[in-house]
Amino acid sequence: MTNTKPIFDSWRSQPLTEVLYLCREAVEEADFSMVQRWRDAGGKTLGHFQVYFPAEIAHAAGMLPVKMCGAPVEPNNADSRFGSYLCSILKTSLELSLSGKVALDMFVSHPICDAARNLAAIWSRNHDYPSQILYLPQNANSSGSAAYLAHEYERTRVVIESVAGVTVSREALSRSIALYNQSRALVRELYVIKRDAPWKIAAEDAYSLVAIGGRIPVEEHIALLEAALPMIRENDAKAEDRVRVVFEGAFCEQPPLDLIRMVGRSCYIVDDDFLIGLRWLVEDVPESADPLRALAESYLERSSYSPVQHDLHKPKEKMLLKRVAAAKADAVVLAAAKMCEPGLEEQVAYVHELDRAKLPYFLSEFEENMSNFGSLELQVETFVENLLFG
Amino acid sequence: MTDSSIVGRGNREGARLFRAWFDDLTQAAERGERAAYVFVMGSMNEILKSFDFHVTFPEINSLQLAVRRVAHEYLREAEDYGYSPDICGYVKADVATQLRKGQHPMGRIPKPSLSVYTNACNTYVKWAEIWERMHKVPIFTVDIPGHRQLGLHTRPGDPDFDADRAYVEVQIRELITLCEQVSGKRFDIDRLRETMRHTNTMSRCWKRILELNSSSPSVFNALTDGTIYLGIANGLRGTLEGANYFEDLVEEMEYKSANNIGTQVDEKHRLTFVGVPCYPIFRRFDELFSDWGGTFVNSTYLWFASGGSNCGYQYDLTDPLASLAEGYLLTVRDAMDAMFDQTTMIRDAIDRFGVDGVVYHPIKSCRTVSTGLADSRRALMEETGISSLFIESDMMDRRVVSEAQLKNRIDAFFEGLISKKRLHSAAGGH
Repeated sequence: MTNTKPIFDSWRSQPLTEVLYLCREAVEEADFSMVQRWRDAGGKTLGHFQVYFPAEIAHAAGMLPVKMCGAPVEPNNADSRFGSYLCSILKTSLELSLSGKVALDMFVSHPICDAARNLAAIWSRNHDYPSQILYLPQNANSSGSAAYLAHEYERTRVVIESVAGVTVSREALSRSIALYNQSRALVRELYVIKRDAPWKIAAEDAYSLVAIGGRIPVEEHIALLEAALPMIRENDAKAEDRVRVVFEGAFCEQPPLDLIRMVGRSCYIVDDDFLIGLRWLVEDVPESADPLRALAESYLERSSYSPVQHDLHKPKEKMLLKRVAAAKADAVVLAAAKMCEPGLEEQVAYVHELDRAKLPYFLSEFEENMSNFGSLELQVETFVENLLFG
Repeated sequence: MTDSSIVGRGNREGARLFRAWFDDLTQAAERGERAAYVFVMGSMNEILKSFDFHVTFPEINSLQLAVRRVAHEYLREAEDYGYSPDICGYVKADVATQLRKGQHPMGRIPKPSLSVYTNACNTYVKWAEIWERMHKVPIFTVDIPGHRQLGLHTRPGDPDFDADRAYVEVQIRELITLCEQVSGKRFDIDRLRETMRHTNTMSRCWKRILELNSSSPSVFNALTDGTIYLGIANGLRGTLEGANYFEDLVEEMEYKSANNIGTQVDEKHRLTFVGVPCYPIFRRFDELFSDWGGTFVNSTYLWFASGGSNCGYQYDLTDPLASLAEGYLLTVRDAMDAMFDQTTMIRDAIDRFGVDGVVYHPIKSCRTVSTGLADSRRALMEETGISSLFIESDMMDRRVVSEAQLKNRIDAFFEGLISKKRLHSAAGGH
């Protein structure tokens, strides 16, 4: 990495509660001060919109990959760039840049949905730096998909090199892949704790520990997780009589921390699709003489699922059932971001599948900027009481 | 040749062919035969027709429900089934059509045998997944990677373009294998050449027809007449009837152009339309403009909803599969640009077509075509200073169509346009 000075190290030598508090604060902070610290030290930044981006390529070029996944801000500048009937994340992500809260040297979006596909063009009209679409394959089952994606990663590497002003060697890519493998493995360990002993860490804290990885260098994220995980394991909190749920529907726009906290008050969220892009690769990317090809194959073959990828091998409703079974969950919180077309469409398939499987679910919509959870909490509590005592 | 024999022939013949197409689908459904479900942006009709699949376009089926003013019944049924009011109205209308076993005001829509779609619209993928679940049929994505950055276009010979083209060709070969499996027929490359030849004729003609509307007065209404032509351009793509229809249509438009015959509107303001029409009040929507002497001389709809046929791309029949891949890559990309990067295309058309104003019509149902319009309009006005109007409604859902509000905005737009022209004229402009 270009910068050697840490941008998030206030957690060091702190007890677990303080570490988690600092992570929550950092994740909710709309000024992205850590990213600014990176830039103040001379570093360059690449903002990537949801869902998945091969951060390894930006990292290998010495850039800080920054996950642009909205923020609790009013889209005062961005509103005039969009029409009505749109999800919030699109507007607030652009707002972060237009308002100067996040300064970038390059922006990348993906063809995840009809709204997001417009974002690169809008971003481009409003910024001088490259704003591109990384065309992740929409046909995951073609024999040509992996070769295509490897070329697409190669094309992206060339653009990133021109922005970063460096040449990315194969060795640098392999080193970056190894680091991201390490961070993803640590996140998987965190999810094992969530599944096996969810009382040891609150849902919003687990979320923050993962989310902060979208804002800091991977080396710092590894150090943070390596310090936090043992403390979480040693946490002597006692198990409570709560319903074990899977939270599904946060693959793109993120629910506010307060909503996650609210659900966590009466349920253990034992698995979820929060920020699934950061956990898209479910196994280590193998060492290879062709690291970009290995990354491409991992995207296609060793990956999770979401409503914005069609893959004949991963029917989403069946994948949800697998997730529920693996997590030994009692129920599902099926949420969708308001105005999110793929999320809302997938909800119908999930509902029908859960009905067939006779699995209880709580159906809801959310928005990243929502702040009043009174009636929603009442509904969740009623749902939980029905399960526990019905 | 007389005016009465040629003028209006395209509309009359288009209506006849359209009806015949739906009659054929209805008869197929009655016989228990199935149809390939495809979409307007990248239908792959050339391949499907070479296997003799019946082909239906659920987008067209849905818009017909709106034009025939029964869409609300279908939307309500799909919402009762679980679909949100906030998703694409075309999808919901089709879901209800499926739940009604194909019942449709134009006849009966057969069940699907397979679905083929591109990624030109992401909702195509989600839509096809519904049929996959509902009917247990194979669905096939032809992934057409679009341009990666505003204004940066790759062309044949560029390594990035060639990589994309190779990817599309692999998928086309896989699609052919699937079609063989579903139809039980062997692929015949000469049949494919034949359908591609017809598409060549149609694309060449479509490009010419759009160009002919630069005539003054304009020779057809891009909003209303254009929608009829689009129906044939999509439904009969790759067929002899389609090719003959478009050759006749070129003849009609050239005749009108040569004889200064316009539409039925006394043309005072030449407009470009951006987006998808307001089908729930289609005729009235057009009248809100034509009452002021406004005529639509072109529209982004005629670009993207023809799947980019406006490019006039000509397949090389000596190398059909490679050419099909290249053609689809270029034309579907053009369709995508007409939705995501239409500023450049509109700017280029303003002088050629003598456009006085641009009407942006984002709709609730379709984020593909609507998300970027406000920003695109801002950029176009900054570049050109042209008058523009921004009105929101829907293509399906009359609950979000307010005719009174639309009329207020449209009237104000024309008043401003007239004032601007007067000022320009007073200042010595032409």
